[in-house]
Amino acid sequence: MIRLSDVTKRYAGETEIGPVSLEIPKGGVVSLIGPNGAGKSTVLTMIGRLLAPDGGTIEVGGLDVHAAPSKQVAKTVSILRQENHFVTRLTVRQLVGFGRYPHSGGRLTQHDEDKISEAIDFLGLTDLEQRFLDQLSGGQRQRAYVAMVICQDTDYVLLDEPLNNLDMKHSISMLQHLRVIATELDKTIVMVMHDINFAAVYSDYIIGMREGKVLCHGTVDEIMTEQRLAELYDIYVPIHVIEGRRLGMYYWSPELPKRAVPAG
Amino acid sequence: MSAETETLAPPRRGGIGPYTSVAHRTRSRLVLAALVLAAVALTVLLLAWGNEHEPFGARWWRVSGMRVTSIVVIALVTYCQAIATVAFQTVTGNRIVTPSIMGFEALYTLVQTAIVFFFGSTGLVSIPPFGRFLLQVAMMVLFAVLLYSWLLSGRFGNLHVMLLVGIIIGTGMGALSAFMQQMLDPNEFDILRARLFGNIGNANTDFLWFVIPVCLVTGCAVWLLGRRLDVLSLGGDISTNLGLSHKRQVMVMLLLVAVLMAMSTSLVGPMTFLGFLVATLAYSITDTYDHRRILPVTWLLGYVVLGGAYFLLRHVLTLVDAVTIIVELIGGLVFLFVVLRKGRL
Repeated sequence: MIRLSDVTKRYAGETEIGPVSLEIPKGGVVSLIGPNGAGKSTVLTMIGRLLAPDGGTIEVGGLDVHAAPSKQVAKTVSILRQENHFVTRLTVRQLVGFGRYPHSGGRLTQHDEDKISEAIDFLGLTDLEQRFLDQLSGGQRQRAYVAMVICQDTDYVLLDEPLNNLDMKHSISMLQHLRVIATELDKTIVMVMHDINFAAVYSDYIIGMREGKVLCHGTVDEIMTEQRLAELYDIYVPIHVIEGRRLGMYYWSPELPKRAVPAG
Repeated sequence: MSAETETLAPPRRGGIGPYTSVAHRTRSRLVLAALVLAAVALTVLLLAWGNEHEPFGARWWRVSGMRVTSIVVIALVTYCQAIATVAFQTVTGNRIVTPSIMGFEALYTLVQTAIVFFFGSTGLVSIPPFGRFLLQVAMMVLFAVLLYSWLLSGRFGNLHVMLLVGIIIGTGMGALSAFMQQMLDPNEFDILRARLFGNIGNANTDFLWFVIPVCLVTGCAVWLLGRRLDVLSLGGDISTNLGLSHKRQVMVMLLLVAVLMAMSTSLVGPMTFLGFLVATLAYSITDTYDHRRILPVTWLLGYVVLGGAYFLLRHVLTLVDAVTIIVELIGGLVFLFVVLRKGRL
């Protein structure tokens, strides 16, 4: 369980996030959706303790992430941001190996090596493990980073737009991998998503944010309604049920309805 | 140096640590062995060149013994510069700025000048020379940690701004020192000058008994924190995610860097590009993320480069005072080359 209590974050100017109070259930895939500037990434990075909130507390798996020892938190929750740049030249296997640092302190045992191999295989990088990161395509590199946080073997995995840079094929493959990881390895994956339909198809739970506040949260069926999406995005998104899945056809928006008015 | 072609059978159930392939490991060990050999050969050469007495006899030592100090100074200076530069570049997440370029040494000069300026060369006479030395080092370390932790706090967002601010502060401190030196009494200026501008042939060796253990302890601390440096090189977000308190680690590293730079500067004065030169060479030679392998190679390279230049200029060309100038010239050219080739910072 991830629990946020009255979390706020103030930026210079008038931008303010929160207060956000929220409980994210354990298990499965959770998506954070909302328009640009809604504060999705900010909330995610605060849960992942990369950014300190100005007020409120955040608990992940019973651990106050901003107060508990960093090493202990690193065994409970892992986070991957969108942009990752560093000067060191690493192979895929070396990068993934860094995911074991909270457990191994940098000294890899055979158990660690097995975990690394497992994570690499899981993300379909087996043949690429000795390649350098700068020899990979954007999609492969993205998978390598995800393999690193998977290798960290935490109950909670936070991903900021994991589909960034990925084409259709790799987006689907990434989400399927994440789905399998959530189910088979019994992890909670929380991710910021831009495409509501990907979120709808692959999530168990959706959180909608707007203007720094949580507007709604619930199961896919609860959130994927024309009214909710109009409240979130200010556009009319007709919902079509295709093969039992609720998809929003947002590609052309005939008119902008007033907020909170169910359309269609 | 494509790793792809050199990769042997991929070690499936287990890696080979910091190496990318068996060939890489062999090459790394050969390079290390070659550097150790070169360093030993250079040391012998420095000791024995032109000494016509019976090797290792009492009279031989009378001549060569005087050279031991220079060798120790070269070893110490390169040790400090190498470790400080690599650690600094890792915590700042780039391989262009070095403590020297960011003005650590200018800060040391400023502290020394300010002490003479405000208290006079005799004003602090009640404090023994060693106490003064200690005071200077302490002040330099304190200011460096305050200034650079502020500068590196991420407040400036990108590297370019940080670098610009750092260089301006460094230049500003240099100008301020020069200004205060202008206003000094000529006698005091002479005393200050003697303290400020050491060189290898004429280093400030009064406190070697103190400098050596401090360097050893500080360098060993960096070495022991090597695995953390490996993680820190992945940047603030990833190292926080992996359970390091990034801010605290950066502060600790800056402290160690400041101590090393103070030691180096107190011996021979500013060396702007030496650290950059040897660190850049070491990265491309070792081609690994592992600081426990980068650090010794950097030091050995530094020793061979500076010692080699010293040997050439002292014994072959007899231009003793030009050693630092030559090394700086080469270092500066490499710096320019790297910046131009990368096209960015």
